Amino acid sequence: MAAPAAKQEGFYDCRDAWARTIEELAENDPRIVAVVNDSVGSSKLGGFQKRFPDRLVNVGIAEQNMVGVGAGLANGGRIPFVSAASCFLTGRALEQVKADIAYAGFNVKLVGQSSGVAYGELGPTHHSIEDFAWLRPLSNIKVVVPADSWETAEAIKWAAAYEGPVYIRLSRMPVPDLVVENRKFQPGKAELVRKGDDVTIIACGTMVHLAVQAAVELEAEGISARILNMATISPLDEAAISAAASETGAIVTIEEANIHGGLGGAVAEHTSANLPVPIERMGFPGFVPTGSVEWLFDHFGLTATGIARSARKAIGRKRG
Amino acid sequence: MLKNDLVDIIREKALWMRRRAFTMVHDAQLGHPGGDFSAIDIIATLYFGVMRYDPKKPDMPERDRFIMSKGHATGALYTALCAAGYYPEDWLKTYMQPQSKLNGHPNRNYLPGVETNTGPLGHGLPVALGIAIAGQMTGSDYRTFVLTGDGELQEGSNWEAAMSAGNRKLGKFTLIVDRNRLQQGMGTEETNGLDPLDDKFRAFGWDVEVIDGHDVGALVNALSEPPGGRSKPLCIIANTIKGKGVSFMENKASWHHGVPNAEQYNIAMEELV
Ligand SMILES: Cc1ncc(C[n+]2csc(CCOP(=O)(O)OP(=O)(O)O)c2C)c(N)n1
Repeated sequence: MAAPAAKQEGFYDCRDAWARTIEELAENDPRIVAVVNDSVGSSKLGGFQKRFPDRLVNVGIAEQNMVGVGAGLANGGRIPFVSAASCFLTGRALEQVKADIAYAGFNVKLVGQSSGVAYGELGPTHHSIEDFAWLRPLSNIKVVVPADSWETAEAIKWAAAYEGPVYIRLSRMPVPDLVVENRKFQPGKAELVRKGDDVTIIACGTMVHLAVQAAVELEAEGISARILNMATISPLDEAAISAAASETGAIVTIEEANIHGGLGGAVAEHTSANLPVPIERMGFPGFVPTGSVEWLFDHFGLTATGIARSARKAIGRKRG
Repeated sequence: MLKNDLVDIIREKALWMRRRAFTMVHDAQLGHPGGDFSAIDIIATLYFGVMRYDPKKPDMPERDRFIMSKGHATGALYTALCAAGYYPEDWLKTYMQPQSKLNGHPNRNYLPGVETNTGPLGHGLPVALGIAIAGQMTGSDYRTFVLTGDGELQEGSNWEAAMSAGNRKLGKFTLIVDRNRLQQGMGTEETNGLDPLDDKFRAFGWDVEVIDGHDVGALVNALSEPPGGRSKPLCIIANTIKGKGVSFMENKASWHHGVPNAEQYNIAMEELV
């Protein structure tokens, strides 16, 4: 699979936080089990498998079965964390996710690994950029996209305690821990990463730290950008979006996902009906060409400079 | 052509494919060399000893079709299509580079000779089934070949297609299973066992042949249409070795998507002669 990105000081692969946390939780709660599809390694569940061999169900390369088995395990009183490459977990097993998990309402935690375009050169079959659009309408599944290692660990702990379906979308791209005072993970709530009045950048997952860099770049030009880490895509923190629209008058959304039907779409749905403001939606317009993650980010402007450019554009579109 | 000559030609192509595929993987530092090497003798036999095609006319309606269901093994597929004349050797150098036609998984819109896009496992057999049904409907005499991994057969979609192919008595339909007994993380039998695989296909209405998937003579025999044709689809279980041809790669799951350093690359090139 994709070559490991060059190690950067202070950048961490969130799958490590996931693996540590699930092992800790499993230690204290025998109901916690893992379900995988030949994905022990890519899910970093080698340690879990060693410690709890009887609580790891590897169904083989069979995602539909995997998600159905997850629902059944929940029926049997287990707390299953179903972990697989998010492209196959959500795409291949979409009807199982809809009918067996969302509609039936089982207490299953779906953990999508290596989401977005993390698989780079392996191409669109292995990218998971449609998952937000697929899962958002399944309204009783909470869709959570941690931005860093800390948030990953907190989200996993919360999901284990919460009774109901959750999709946690992880990457394999190393990201730095965000610097936010008195941090507390609140599902369904946007996290204010930075205050600002001229524009709001609403980001999730791997894009949040880039938004922070963009805000620094903008500040040098006298533009004050608010940054919201929208770690929960569904349900959406509508109050935070309304406040952003009325207080800053322009919005940029950025996600490592297709721009249709994801975070940007959700924000646009809310604002267009309530407080229409200019929105620049950043992400991928559709299937992407061959290329590494770094090349794809650059090619589609998912960089601090690209975000700053979109912010200026959104501000420029404000009515005078 | 005499069979011995044909076997020699196929072996020569297969050797070239292994060397070229390993170079691509080495240069890109990406790829799936283990599964490339278990499949190369099968694919070389198809393209250089069995199939009817014209690289100048990739859409020729009467062409035999090859569907690479185990789409991750692009080193094997891309070198075969190149050697078959679909595109120049230069293209291989772009493997996985930005905007390359040689994506990590095959895309029919990028490359002539690719029949369908694969990568997610368990898609090739149903698509190939549709191609074979179309051939039956139109009375065409083309043959449809599909190569799957063995771990791949854990996907239920394969069994939906297998049942359908058996019921429809598709005599021009051939599935080759690359039975290297390893999947991504470990052995197929310790993950979700497939044996007895031959009995499973027979029960689904298929003819089954079990052969050594690196014995080119045996591959030519099994893949050639018998006089009078067949009245059932054929499943060839090709017993193979993942990483075949490079000592340190053979039968090692870690070489599923392992990539060589310079030293390993040099050793492999010395062995692949
Ligand atoms: C639907 C789906 N699930 C998971 C994967 C990830 N994956 C790629 S290759 C592979 C193992 C394939 O094993 P096998 O079919 O035996 O192929 P081979 O050993 O011949 O390479 C897996 C799990 C995938 N490509 N598609």
